[in-house]
Amino acid sequence: MTASGFGIGRIRWNWLAALGVLLAVLPLAYETSTPTLLAIWALFALSLALMWGYAGIISFGHAAYFGLGAYTYAIASFNIGESTVPFLLALAVPALVAAVIGAMMFYGRISDVYLGVTTLVVTLILNRFMNATAGDAYRIGNARLGGFNGIPAFPTLNVPGDPTTEVYGTAYYYVVVVCLIAAYLICRWILASSFGRALIGIRENELRMELLGYNVPAYKTAIFAVAGAMAGLAGCLFANWAEIVTPSVFSLGQTAEVLIWVIVGGLGTLVGPMIAAVVLGSLKLALGHQTTIDNSLILGAILILVVLLIPRGFAPSSVAWRRRFAQSQVRRRQARGKRRRRVALQEAEP
Amino acid sequence: MSDPVVETQDLAVRFGGVLAVDHVNFGLRERELRCLIGPNGAGKSTFFKSITGQVRGAHSSGRVFIRGQDTTGWSTHQIVRLGIGIKTQVPSVMNGLTVAENLWLSARRTAGSEGADAAVDEVLSELELGGVARRLVGELAHGQRQLVEIGTVLANKPWLVLLDEPAAGLTNAETERLVAIIKRINQTATLIVVDHDMHFVRTLDSWITVFHQGGILVEGRADKVLTDPSVREVYLGNRA
Repeated sequence: MTASGFGIGRIRWNWLAALGVLLAVLPLAYETSTPTLLAIWALFALSLALMWGYAGIISFGHAAYFGLGAYTYAIASFNIGESTVPFLLALAVPALVAAVIGAMMFYGRISDVYLGVTTLVVTLILNRFMNATAGDAYRIGNARLGGFNGIPAFPTLNVPGDPTTEVYGTAYYYVVVVCLIAAYLICRWILASSFGRALIGIRENELRMELLGYNVPAYKTAIFAVAGAMAGLAGCLFANWAEIVTPSVFSLGQTAEVLIWVIVGGLGTLVGPMIAAVVLGSLKLALGHQTTIDNSLILGAILILVVLLIPRGFAPSSVAWRRRFAQSQVRRRQARGKRRRRVALQEAEP
Repeated sequence: MSDPVVETQDLAVRFGGVLAVDHVNFGLRERELRCLIGPNGAGKSTFFKSITGQVRGAHSSGRVFIRGQDTTGWSTHQIVRLGIGIKTQVPSVMNGLTVAENLWLSARRTAGSEGADAAVDEVLSELELGGVARRLVGELAHGQRQLVEIGTVLANKPWLVLLDEPAAGLTNAETERLVAIIKRINQTATLIVVDHDMHFVRTLDSWITVFHQGGILVEGRADKVLTDPSVREVYLGNRA
Protein backbone atom coordinates (compact mmCIF):
# COMPACT_ATOMS: atom_id res chain seq x y z
CA MET A 1 0.00 0.00 0.00
CA THR A 2 1.61 3.28 -1.06
CA ALA A 3 1.94 6.31 1.17
CA SER A 4 -0.55 8.15 -1.00
CA GLY A 5 -3.33 5.62 -0.31
CA PHE A 6 -6.39 6.29 1.84
CA GLY A 7 -7.05 9.57 0.02
CA ILE A 8 -4.18 11.27 1.81
CA GLY A 9 -2.15 12.27 -1.24
CA ARG A 10 1.56 13.00 -1.35
CA ILE A 11 3.34 15.94 0.20
CA ARG A 12 4.27 18.34 -2.58
CA TRP A 13 7.73 19.18 -1.32
CA ASN A 14 8.35 21.68 -4.12
CA TRP A 15 5.21 23.62 -3.17
CA LEU A 16 6.12 23.41 0.50
CA ALA A 17 9.63 24.70 -0.23
CA ALA A 18 8.25 27.55 -2.33
CA LEU A 19 5.82 28.46 0.46
CA GLY A 20 8.65 28.29 2.98
CA VAL A 21 10.73 30.72 0.90
CA LEU A 22 7.73 33.04 0.48
CA LEU A 23 7.03 33.04 4.21
CA ALA A 24 10.73 33.56 4.92
CA VAL A 25 10.99 36.68 2.76
CA LEU A 26 7.55 38.06 3.69
CA PRO A 27 8.91 40.20 6.57
CA LEU A 28 11.10 42.05 4.05
CA ALA A 29 7.99 43.48 2.41
CA TYR A 30 5.32 43.48 5.12
CA GLU A 31 4.89 44.22 8.78
CA THR A 32 4.67 40.82 10.50
CA SER A 33 1.92 41.30 13.09
CA THR A 34 -0.99 40.37 10.80
CA PRO A 35 0.77 37.44 9.05
CA THR A 36 1.67 36.10 12.50
CA LEU A 37 -1.96 36.17 13.59
CA LEU A 38 -3.07 34.54 10.33
CA ALA A 39 -0.52 31.75 10.77
CA ILE A 40 -1.82 31.15 14.31
CA TRP A 41 -5.37 30.88 12.98
CA ALA A 42 -4.16 28.50 10.27
CA LEU A 43 -2.64 26.31 13.00
CA PHE A 44 -5.91 26.39 14.93
CA ALA A 45 -7.82 25.39 11.77
CA LEU A 46 -5.29 22.61 11.12
CA SER A 47 -5.97 21.06 14.52
CA LEU A 48 -9.71 20.76 13.84
CA ALA A 49 -9.12 19.69 10.22
CA LEU A 50 -7.07 16.73 11.44
CA MET A 51 -9.66 15.60 13.98
CA TRP A 52 -12.84 16.31 12.03
CA GLY A 53 -11.67 15.72 8.47
CA TYR A 54 -9.77 12.49 9.07
CA ALA A 55 -11.18 10.93 12.23
CA GLY A 56 -14.74 12.19 11.70
CA ILE A 57 -14.96 13.72 15.19
CA ILE A 58 -16.87 16.96 15.12
CA SER A 59 -16.32 19.33 18.01
CA PHE A 60 -18.44 22.42 18.49
CA GLY A 61 -16.17 23.47 21.31
CA HIS A 62 -12.67 23.34 19.90
CA ALA A 63 -12.03 26.84 21.26
CA ALA A 64 -11.89 25.26 24.74
CA TYR A 65 -8.41 23.88 24.02
CA PHE A 66 -7.30 27.06 22.26
CA GLY A 67 -8.33 29.01 25.34
CA LEU A 68 -6.80 26.50 27.75
CA GLY A 69 -3.49 26.79 25.90
CA ALA A 70 -3.63 30.57 26.15
CA TYR A 71 -4.58 30.64 29.85
CA THR A 72 -2.13 27.86 30.77
CA TYR A 73 0.73 29.78 29.21
CA ALA A 74 -0.27 33.08 30.84
CA ILE A 75 -0.69 31.55 34.32
CA ALA A 76 2.44 29.41 34.12
CA SER A 77 4.65 32.19 32.76
CA PHE A 78 3.52 34.50 35.56
CA ASN A 79 4.54 31.86 38.08
CA ILE A 80 7.65 30.46 36.42
CA GLY A 81 9.02 33.43 34.52
CA GLU A 82 11.07 31.56 31.94
CA SER A 83 8.81 30.60 29.01
CA THR A 84 10.01 27.10 28.05
CA VAL A 85 8.04 25.18 30.67
CA PRO A 86 4.89 27.33 30.26
CA PHE A 87 5.12 26.74 26.51
CA LEU A 88 5.24 22.96 27.02
CA LEU A 89 2.46 23.14 29.63
CA ALA A 90 0.31 25.01 27.10
CA LEU A 91 0.42 21.88 24.95
CA ALA A 92 0.21 19.34 27.77
CA VAL A 93 -2.73 20.79 29.74
CA PRO A 94 -5.17 21.05 26.79
CA ALA A 95 -4.05 17.59 25.63
CA LEU A 96 -4.71 16.16 29.07
CA VAL A 97 -8.09 17.87 29.41
CA ALA A 98 -9.03 16.72 25.89
CA ALA A 99 -7.93 13.17 26.74
CA VAL A 100 -10.10 13.09 29.88
CA ILE A 101 -13.17 14.61 28.18
CA GLY A 102 -12.60 12.48 25.08
CA ALA A 103 -12.26 9.27 27.10
CA MET A 104 -15.52 10.01 28.91
CA MET A 105 -17.33 10.65 25.63
CA PHE A 106 -15.82 7.89 23.50
CA TYR A 107 -15.78 5.11 26.07
CA GLY A 108 -19.29 6.24 27.04
CA ARG A 109 -20.17 5.79 23.35
CA ILE A 110 -22.25 8.93 23.07
CA SER A 111 -23.51 9.77 19.61
CA ASP A 112 -22.13 12.54 17.38
CA VAL A 113 -24.89 14.99 18.27
CA TYR A 114 -24.29 14.63 22.02
CA LEU A 115 -20.57 14.82 21.39
CA GLY A 116 -21.03 18.16 19.63
CA VAL A 117 -23.26 19.45 22.41
CA THR A 118 -20.89 18.25 25.15
CA THR A 119 -17.88 19.94 23.61
CA LEU A 120 -19.86 23.14 23.13
CA VAL A 121 -21.05 23.10 26.73
CA VAL A 122 -17.49 22.62 28.01
CA THR A 123 -16.42 25.73 26.12
CA LEU A 124 -19.36 27.78 27.36
CA ILE A 125 -18.72 26.68 30.96
CA LEU A 126 -15.08 27.76 30.66
CA ASN A 127 -16.18 31.05 29.13
CA ARG A 128 -18.68 31.74 31.94
CA PHE A 129 -16.25 30.65 34.61
CA MET A 130 -13.38 32.80 33.35
CA ASN A 131 -15.72 35.79 33.10
CA ALA A 132 -16.57 35.29 36.78
CA THR A 133 -13.01 35.24 38.08
CA ALA A 134 -12.61 38.94 38.85
CA GLY A 135 -11.10 39.78 42.23
CA ASP A 136 -8.20 38.66 44.38
CA ALA A 137 -9.82 35.37 45.35
CA TYR A 138 -9.26 34.01 41.85
CA ARG A 139 -5.54 33.61 41.54
CA ILE A 140 -3.26 30.69 40.76
CA GLY A 141 0.08 31.41 42.39
CA ASN A 142 1.11 34.88 41.25
CA ALA A 143 -1.39 34.99 38.38
CA ARG A 144 -4.73 36.73 38.90
CA LEU A 145 -7.29 35.38 36.48
CA GLY A 146 -8.84 38.83 36.14
CA GLY A 147 -12.40 37.92 35.13
CA PHE A 148 -13.70 39.76 32.07
CA ASN A 149 -10.45 41.74 31.78
CA GLY A 150 -8.33 38.59 31.63
CA ILE A 151 -4.60 38.33 32.31
CA PRO A 152 -2.46 41.10 30.83
CA ALA A 153 1.29 41.71 30.89
CA PHE A 154 2.53 38.19 31.49
CA PRO A 155 6.10 37.36 30.44
CA THR A 156 6.05 36.52 26.73
CA LEU A 157 8.15 33.97 24.88
CA ASN A 158 11.90 34.14 25.45
CA VAL A 159 14.87 32.34 23.99
CA PRO A 160 14.87 28.96 25.79
CA GLY A 161 17.02 29.17 28.92
CA ASP A 162 17.47 32.94 28.62
CA PRO A 163 14.51 34.79 30.18
CA THR A 164 16.07 38.19 29.47
CA THR A 165 15.95 37.73 25.67
CA GLU A 166 12.35 38.00 24.52
CA VAL A 167 11.19 36.72 21.15
CA TYR A 168 8.99 39.30 19.46
CA GLY A 169 8.28 41.02 16.15
CA THR A 170 9.85 39.34 13.13
CA ALA A 171 11.58 36.65 15.22
CA TYR A 172 8.22 35.73 16.75
CA TYR A 173 6.70 35.55 13.28
CA TYR A 174 9.35 32.99 12.32
CA VAL A 175 8.65 30.97 15.49
CA VAL A 176 4.95 30.83 14.58
CA VAL A 177 5.67 29.86 10.96
CA VAL A 178 8.04 27.09 12.09
CA CYS A 179 5.37 25.83 14.53
CA LEU A 180 2.77 25.84 11.74
CA ILE A 181 4.96 23.95 9.26
CA ALA A 182 6.08 21.49 11.95
CA ALA A 183 2.45 20.88 12.98
CA TYR A 184 1.49 20.32 9.34
CA LEU A 185 4.31 17.80 8.84
CA ILE A 186 3.37 16.04 12.09
CA CYS A 187 -0.24 15.80 10.86
CA ARG A 188 0.99 14.32 7.59
CA TRP A 189 3.18 11.85 9.45
CA ILE A 190 0.24 10.82 11.64
CA LEU A 191 -1.99 10.30 8.61
CA ALA A 192 0.63 8.28 6.75
CA SER A 193 1.11 6.00 9.77
CA SER A 194 -0.95 2.91 10.59
CA PHE A 195 -2.57 4.95 13.34
CA GLY A 196 -3.70 7.58 10.82
CA ARG A 197 -5.07 4.99 8.44
CA ALA A 198 -7.00 3.41 11.28
CA LEU A 199 -8.48 6.83 12.04
CA ILE A 200 -9.63 7.11 8.43
CA GLY A 201 -11.17 3.66 8.75
CA ILE A 202 -12.97 4.78 11.90
CA ARG A 203 -14.29 7.84 10.08
CA GLU A 204 -15.61 5.57 7.34
CA ASN A 205 -17.14 2.85 9.51
CA GLU A 206 -16.68 2.70 13.25
CA LEU A 207 -18.48 -0.62 13.66
CA ARG A 208 -16.37 -2.37 11.02
CA MET A 209 -13.16 -1.15 12.66
CA GLU A 210 -14.41 -2.46 16.00
CA LEU A 211 -15.19 -5.78 14.29
CA LEU A 212 -11.65 -5.86 12.92
CA GLY A 213 -10.33 -5.65 16.47
CA TYR A 214 -9.44 -1.96 16.69
CA ASN A 215 -10.00 -0.27 20.03
CA VAL A 216 -12.03 2.57 18.53
CA PRO A 217 -12.55 4.63 21.73
CA ALA A 218 -8.78 4.58 22.39
CA TYR A 219 -7.98 5.77 18.87
CA LYS A 220 -10.57 8.55 19.07
CA THR A 221 -9.39 9.64 22.49
CA ALA A 222 -5.79 9.76 21.26
CA ILE A 223 -6.56 11.95 18.23
CA PHE A 224 -8.84 14.15 20.33
CA ALA A 225 -5.88 14.75 22.67
CA VAL A 226 -3.48 15.42 19.78
CA ALA A 227 -5.92 17.94 18.28
CA GLY A 228 -6.33 19.47 21.75
CA ALA A 229 -2.57 19.87 22.06
CA MET A 230 -2.36 21.55 18.65
CA ALA A 231 -5.23 23.89 19.48
CA GLY A 232 -3.47 24.60 22.80
CA LEU A 233 -0.29 25.46 20.91
CA ALA A 234 -2.28 27.86 18.73
CA GLY A 235 -3.80 29.40 21.87
CA CYS A 236 -0.37 29.79 23.47
CA LEU A 237 1.01 31.49 20.36
CA PHE A 238 -2.07 33.71 20.25
CA ALA A 239 -1.56 34.71 23.89
CA ASN A 240 2.04 35.67 23.12
CA TRP A 241 0.95 37.61 20.07
CA ALA A 242 -1.82 39.52 21.87
CA GLU A 243 0.13 39.81 25.16
CA ILE A 244 -3.18 39.48 26.97
CA VAL A 245 -5.58 36.58 27.53
CA THR A 246 -9.29 37.24 28.05
CA PRO A 247 -12.32 34.90 28.27
CA SER A 248 -13.09 35.75 24.63
CA VAL A 249 -10.70 32.92 23.67
CA PHE A 250 -13.48 30.58 24.85
CA SER A 251 -16.21 32.49 23.03
CA LEU A 252 -18.87 31.11 20.71
CA GLY A 253 -17.44 33.31 17.97
CA GLN A 254 -14.03 31.68 18.28
CA THR A 255 -15.60 28.23 18.13
CA ALA A 256 -17.82 29.12 15.17
CA GLU A 257 -14.97 30.67 13.20
CA VAL A 258 -12.78 27.58 13.27
CA LEU A 259 -15.73 25.43 12.19
CA ILE A 260 -16.37 27.80 9.28
CA TRP A 261 -12.71 27.71 8.22
CA VAL A 262 -12.75 23.91 8.10
CA ILE A 263 -16.09 23.70 6.27
CA VAL A 264 -15.11 26.34 3.70
CA GLY A 265 -11.62 24.86 3.23
CA GLY A 266 -13.02 21.36 2.90
CA LEU A 267 -13.18 18.29 5.10
CA GLY A 268 -10.60 15.60 4.43
CA THR A 269 -7.79 18.02 3.60
CA LEU A 270 -5.26 19.81 5.77
CA VAL A 271 -4.29 22.58 3.37
CA GLY A 272 -7.85 23.72 2.57
CA PRO A 273 -8.83 24.73 6.12
CA MET A 274 -5.48 26.50 6.60
CA ILE A 275 -6.00 28.52 3.42
CA ALA A 276 -9.59 29.25 4.46
CA ALA A 277 -8.36 30.47 7.85
CA VAL A 278 -5.89 32.83 6.18
CA VAL A 279 -8.34 34.12 3.54
CA LEU A 280 -11.38 34.47 5.83
CA GLY A 281 -9.18 35.77 8.64
CA SER A 282 -7.78 38.45 6.33
CA LEU A 283 -11.32 39.31 5.26
CA LYS A 284 -12.38 39.60 8.87
CA LEU A 285 -9.47 41.90 9.66
CA ALA A 286 -10.21 44.01 6.58
CA LEU A 287 -13.90 44.26 7.48
CA GLY A 288 -12.90 45.22 11.02
CA HIS A 289 -11.86 48.61 9.67
CA GLN A 290 -15.43 49.50 8.67
CA THR A 291 -18.69 49.79 10.57
CA THR A 292 -21.26 49.50 7.77
CA ILE A 293 -21.68 45.71 7.83
CA ASP A 294 -21.28 43.33 10.73
CA ASN A 295 -18.39 40.86 10.36
CA SER A 296 -20.42 37.86 11.39
CA LEU A 297 -23.01 38.55 8.69
CA ILE A 298 -20.36 38.35 5.97
CA LEU A 299 -18.81 35.17 7.40
CA GLY A 300 -22.27 33.62 7.78
CA ALA A 301 -23.17 34.51 4.20
CA ILE A 302 -19.92 32.97 2.93
CA LEU A 303 -20.61 29.79 4.89
CA ILE A 304 -24.14 29.50 3.49
CA LEU A 305 -22.92 30.09 -0.07
CA VAL A 306 -20.17 27.48 0.28
CA VAL A 307 -22.52 24.90 1.80
CA LEU A 308 -25.04 25.48 -1.01
CA LEU A 309 -22.66 25.77 -3.96
CA ILE A 310 -19.61 23.68 -3.04
CA PRO A 311 -20.65 21.50 -0.13
CA ARG A 312 -17.37 19.60 -0.12
CA GLY A 313 -15.41 22.82 0.44
CA PHE A 314 -12.85 24.57 -1.73
CA ALA A 315 -9.87 22.21 -1.58
CA PRO A 316 -11.65 18.90 -2.42
CA SER A 317 -13.80 20.66 -5.04
CA SER A 318 -10.80 22.27 -6.73
CA VAL A 319 -9.12 18.85 -6.94
CA ALA A 320 -12.32 17.42 -8.52
CA TRP A 321 -12.54 20.36 -10.96
CA ARG A 322 -8.89 19.91 -11.95
CA ARG A 323 -9.42 16.17 -12.50
CA ARG A 324 -12.54 16.80 -14.56
CA PHE A 325 -10.71 19.41 -16.64
CA ALA A 326 -7.80 17.00 -17.26
CA GLN A 327 -10.25 14.24 -18.30
CA SER A 328 -12.04 16.60 -20.70
CA GLN A 329 -8.68 17.56 -22.22
CA VAL A 330 -7.83 13.88 -22.75
CA ARG A 331 -11.24 13.24 -24.34
CA ARG A 332 -10.79 16.26 -26.61
CA ARG A 333 -7.32 15.07 -27.68
CA GLN A 334 -8.69 11.58 -28.42
CA ALA A 335 -11.56 13.02 -30.49
CA ARG A 336 -9.10 15.21 -32.42
CA GLY A 337 -6.89 12.18 -33.12
CA LYS A 338 -9.89 10.17 -34.36
CA ARG A 339 -10.94 13.02 -36.65
CA ARG A 340 -7.43 13.27 -38.10
CA ARG A 341 -7.27 9.53 -38.74
CA ARG A 342 -10.67 9.62 -40.43
CA VAL A 343 -9.62 12.49 -42.69
CA ALA A 344 -6.35 10.70 -43.51
CA LEU A 345 -8.29 7.53 -44.42
CA GLN A 346 -10.71 9.48 -46.60
CA GLU A 347 -7.80 11.18 -48.37
CA ALA A 348 -6.06 7.83 -48.88
CA GLU A 349 -9.14 6.32 -50.54
CA PRO A 350 -9.03 6.45 -54.38
CA MET B 1 -14.87 -35.47 22.02
CA SER B 2 -12.95 -32.16 22.27
CA ASP B 3 -14.06 -29.27 24.51
CA PRO B 4 -16.28 -26.68 22.87
CA VAL B 5 -14.45 -23.64 21.47
CA VAL B 6 -17.59 -21.53 21.82
CA GLU B 7 -19.98 -22.16 24.66
CA THR B 8 -22.89 -20.26 26.14
CA GLN B 9 -24.38 -21.05 29.52
CA ASP B 10 -27.92 -19.91 30.21
CA LEU B 11 -27.47 -16.92 27.88
CA ALA B 12 -30.44 -14.57 27.87
CA VAL B 13 -31.02 -11.19 26.25
CA ARG B 14 -34.00 -9.05 27.09
CA PHE B 15 -35.13 -5.86 25.34
CA GLY B 16 -37.81 -4.29 27.54
CA GLY B 17 -40.52 -6.89 27.83
CA VAL B 18 -39.22 -9.04 24.98
CA LEU B 19 -36.97 -12.01 25.72
CA ALA B 20 -34.97 -12.05 22.48
CA VAL B 21 -32.63 -14.87 23.59
CA ASP B 22 -34.18 -17.30 26.06
CA HIS B 23 -31.56 -18.91 28.33
CA VAL B 24 -29.64 -20.64 25.56
CA ASN B 25 -27.03 -23.33 26.21
CA PHE B 26 -24.95 -23.74 23.09
CA GLY B 27 -21.69 -25.46 22.22
CA LEU B 28 -19.48 -25.45 19.12
CA ARG B 29 -16.45 -27.67 18.55
CA GLU B 30 -13.15 -26.98 16.79
CA ARG B 31 -13.31 -26.93 12.97
CA GLU B 32 -17.10 -27.32 13.05
CA LEU B 33 -19.41 -25.60 10.56
CA ARG B 34 -22.65 -24.73 12.32
CA CYS B 35 -25.68 -23.03 10.80
CA LEU B 36 -28.08 -21.10 12.98
CA ILE B 37 -31.44 -20.88 11.31
CA GLY B 38 -34.90 -19.73 12.23
CA PRO B 39 -37.60 -17.40 10.96
CA ASN B 40 -37.32 -13.62 11.32
CA GLY B 41 -37.38 -12.59 14.96
CA ALA B 42 -36.28 -16.03 16.20
CA GLY B 43 -33.36 -14.47 18.09
CA LYS B 44 -30.47 -15.87 16.04
CA SER B 45 -28.92 -12.51 15.18
CA THR B 46 -29.28 -11.28 18.76
CA PHE B 47 -27.63 -14.51 19.93
CA PHE B 48 -24.86 -13.87 17.39
CA LYS B 49 -24.43 -10.32 18.67
CA SER B 50 -24.26 -11.43 22.27
CA ILE B 51 -21.48 -13.90 21.46
CA THR B 52 -19.54 -11.13 19.71
CA GLY B 53 -20.00 -8.52 22.42
CA GLN B 54 -22.28 -6.29 20.37
CA VAL B 55 -25.08 -6.85 22.88
CA ARG B 56 -23.97 -6.88 26.48
CA GLY B 57 -24.46 -5.23 29.84
CA ALA B 58 -27.87 -4.70 31.39
CA HIS B 59 -29.67 -6.38 28.48
CA SER B 60 -28.07 -9.76 28.95
CA SER B 61 -27.38 -12.47 31.50
CA GLY B 62 -25.65 -15.85 31.45
CA ARG B 63 -22.07 -16.55 30.37
CA VAL B 64 -20.12 -16.84 27.11
CA PHE B 65 -16.88 -18.83 26.84
CA ILE B 66 -14.52 -18.75 23.87
CA ARG B 67 -11.72 -21.34 23.96
CA GLY B 68 -12.36 -21.66 27.67
CA GLN B 69 -12.05 -17.93 28.37
CA ASP B 70 -15.03 -16.24 29.97
CA THR B 71 -15.72 -13.38 27.53
CA THR B 72 -18.96 -12.26 29.16
CA GLY B 73 -19.07 -8.48 29.19
CA TRP B 74 -16.03 -8.10 26.92
CA SER B 75 -16.16 -5.43 24.24
CA THR B 76 -16.28 -6.48 20.60
CA HIS B 77 -12.69 -5.56 19.78
CA GLN B 78 -11.41 -7.62 22.72
CA ILE B 79 -13.38 -10.65 21.55
CA VAL B 80 -12.19 -10.18 17.96
CA ARG B 81 -8.60 -10.08 19.17
CA LEU B 82 -8.97 -13.68 20.32
CA GLY B 83 -8.80 -14.51 16.61
CA ILE B 84 -12.39 -14.11 15.50
CA GLY B 85 -13.70 -12.75 12.22
CA ILE B 86 -17.21 -11.31 12.09
CA LYS B 87 -19.47 -10.47 9.17
CA THR B 88 -22.57 -8.54 10.14
CA GLN B 89 -26.14 -8.93 8.92
CA VAL B 90 -26.13 -5.55 7.12
CA PRO B 91 -22.88 -5.35 5.09
CA SER B 92 -20.48 -3.28 7.14
CA VAL B 93 -17.65 -2.03 4.96
CA MET B 94 -15.79 1.22 4.48
CA ASN B 95 -17.55 2.60 1.43
CA GLY B 96 -15.26 5.61 1.02
CA LEU B 97 -12.12 3.44 0.80
CA THR B 98 -10.96 1.10 -1.95
CA VAL B 99 -11.28 -2.68 -1.73
CA ALA B 100 -7.53 -3.02 -1.11
CA GLU B 101 -7.63 -0.37 1.64
CA ASN B 102 -10.51 -2.17 3.38
CA LEU B 103 -8.54 -5.41 3.35
CA TRP B 104 -5.31 -3.68 4.38
CA LEU B 105 -6.92 -2.26 7.53
CA SER B 106 -7.99 -5.76 8.45
CA ALA B 107 -4.67 -7.43 7.66
CA ARG B 108 -2.55 -4.71 9.30
CA ARG B 109 -3.81 -5.51 12.79
CA THR B 110 -2.67 -9.10 12.71
CA ALA B 111 0.11 -9.09 10.09
CA GLY B 112 1.61 -5.66 10.89
CA SER B 113 2.35 -3.03 8.26
CA GLU B 114 5.07 -5.19 6.67
CA GLY B 115 2.95 -8.32 6.20
CA ALA B 116 -0.32 -6.58 5.39
CA ASP B 117 0.32 -6.10 1.67
CA ALA B 118 0.99 -9.80 1.14
CA ALA B 119 -2.14 -10.74 3.11
CA VAL B 120 -4.20 -8.34 0.99
CA ASP B 121 -2.90 -9.88 -2.25
CA GLU B 122 -3.69 -13.34 -0.92
CA VAL B 123 -7.33 -12.44 -0.10
CA LEU B 124 -7.77 -10.55 -3.37
CA SER B 125 -6.77 -13.61 -5.34
CA GLU B 126 -8.72 -16.03 -3.12
CA LEU B 127 -11.94 -14.07 -3.56
CA GLU B 128 -11.13 -13.03 -7.15
CA LEU B 129 -11.41 -9.36 -6.27
CA GLY B 130 -8.15 -8.33 -7.97
CA GLY B 131 -10.02 -6.57 -10.78
CA VAL B 132 -11.76 -4.19 -8.39
CA ALA B 133 -8.92 -3.78 -5.87
CA ARG B 134 -8.58 -0.06 -6.56
CA ARG B 135 -12.30 0.67 -6.82
CA LEU B 136 -14.15 2.39 -3.98
CA VAL B 137 -16.27 -0.18 -2.17
CA GLY B 138 -19.27 2.18 -2.28
CA GLU B 139 -19.23 1.91 -6.09
CA LEU B 140 -19.51 -1.89 -6.13
CA ALA B 141 -22.59 -4.07 -6.55
CA HIS B 142 -24.14 -5.63 -3.45
CA GLY B 143 -22.68 -9.10 -4.10
CA GLN B 144 -19.18 -7.71 -4.44
CA ARG B 145 -19.57 -5.66 -1.27
CA GLN B 146 -20.62 -8.84 0.57
CA LEU B 147 -17.45 -10.48 -0.74
CA VAL B 148 -15.35 -7.51 0.35
CA GLU B 149 -16.76 -7.84 3.85
CA ILE B 150 -15.94 -11.54 3.89
CA GLY B 151 -12.49 -10.56 2.61
CA THR B 152 -11.98 -8.21 5.58
CA VAL B 153 -12.92 -11.12 7.83
CA LEU B 154 -10.43 -13.47 6.15
CA ALA B 155 -7.58 -10.95 6.01
CA ASN B 156 -7.50 -11.13 9.82
CA LYS B 157 -6.66 -14.85 9.52
CA PRO B 158 -9.24 -15.88 12.14
CA TRP B 159 -9.63 -19.36 13.63
CA LEU B 160 -13.33 -18.70 14.27
CA VAL B 161 -15.50 -17.08 11.59
CA LEU B 162 -18.98 -15.78 12.33
CA LEU B 163 -21.09 -14.93 9.28
CA ASP B 164 -24.48 -13.30 9.74
CA GLU B 165 -26.69 -13.73 6.66
CA PRO B 166 -23.82 -13.90 4.16
CA ALA B 167 -26.12 -14.97 1.30
CA ALA B 168 -28.61 -12.11 1.70
CA GLY B 169 -29.21 -10.35 -1.61
CA LEU B 170 -26.87 -12.58 -3.63
CA THR B 171 -27.70 -14.09 -7.01
CA ASN B 172 -27.74 -17.88 -7.41
CA ALA B 173 -24.30 -17.86 -9.01
CA GLU B 174 -22.91 -15.68 -6.24
CA THR B 175 -24.48 -17.94 -3.60
CA GLU B 176 -22.85 -21.00 -5.18
CA ARG B 177 -19.52 -19.24 -5.09
CA LEU B 178 -20.12 -18.26 -1.46
CA VAL B 179 -20.81 -21.88 -0.52
CA ALA B 180 -17.47 -22.89 -2.04
CA ILE B 181 -15.72 -20.09 -0.15
CA ILE B 182 -17.33 -21.08 3.15
CA LYS B 183 -16.31 -24.70 2.66
CA ARG B 184 -12.77 -23.57 1.88
CA ILE B 185 -12.68 -21.41 5.03
CA ASN B 186 -13.92 -24.37 7.03
CA GLN B 187 -10.82 -26.35 6.10
CA THR B 188 -8.82 -24.16 8.47
CA ALA B 189 -11.38 -22.42 10.67
CA THR B 190 -14.47 -23.03 12.77
CA LEU B 191 -17.61 -21.36 11.43
CA ILE B 192 -21.00 -20.18 12.56
CA VAL B 193 -23.31 -19.14 9.75
CA VAL B 194 -26.59 -17.42 10.56
CA ASP B 195 -29.20 -17.50 7.84
CA HIS B 196 -32.85 -18.16 7.18
CA ASP B 197 -32.47 -19.22 3.57
CA MET B 198 -33.19 -22.98 3.76
CA HIS B 199 -31.80 -23.68 0.29
CA PHE B 200 -28.49 -22.02 1.12
CA VAL B 201 -28.24 -23.83 4.45
CA ARG B 202 -29.04 -27.18 2.82
CA THR B 203 -26.16 -26.72 0.35
CA LEU B 204 -23.75 -26.13 3.22
CA ASP B 205 -24.66 -29.59 4.52
CA SER B 206 -23.69 -28.86 8.10
CA TRP B 207 -24.89 -29.36 11.65
CA ILE B 208 -27.85 -27.05 12.23
CA THR B 209 -29.27 -25.26 15.27
CA VAL B 210 -32.82 -24.03 14.81
CA PHE B 211 -33.88 -20.99 16.81
CA HIS B 212 -37.48 -20.22 17.64
CA GLN B 213 -38.82 -17.53 19.97
CA GLY B 214 -35.37 -16.89 21.40
CA GLY B 215 -34.60 -20.51 22.30
CA ILE B 216 -33.12 -23.56 20.59
CA LEU B 217 -35.93 -25.58 19.04
CA VAL B 218 -33.91 -28.46 17.65
CA GLU B 219 -30.33 -29.35 16.65
CA GLY B 220 -28.99 -31.95 14.25
CA ARG B 221 -27.74 -32.78 10.74
CA ALA B 222 -29.30 -30.82 7.89
CA ASP B 223 -31.25 -33.75 6.42
CA LYS B 224 -32.79 -34.59 9.79
CA VAL B 225 -33.52 -31.04 10.94
CA LEU B 226 -34.99 -29.79 7.69
CA THR B 227 -37.52 -32.64 7.62
CA ASP B 228 -38.41 -32.26 11.30
CA PRO B 229 -42.16 -31.50 11.61
CA SER B 230 -41.63 -28.88 14.32
CA VAL B 231 -39.13 -27.04 12.12
CA ARG B 232 -41.48 -27.18 9.15
CA GLU B 233 -44.26 -25.80 11.30
CA VAL B 234 -42.07 -22.93 12.53
CA TYR B 235 -41.15 -22.03 8.97
CA LEU B 236 -44.39 -22.82 7.17
CA GLY B 237 -47.05 -22.64 9.91
CA ASN B 238 -49.93 -25.10 9.84
CA ARG B 239 -49.46 -25.86 6.11
CA ALA B 240 -46.58 -28.24 6.99
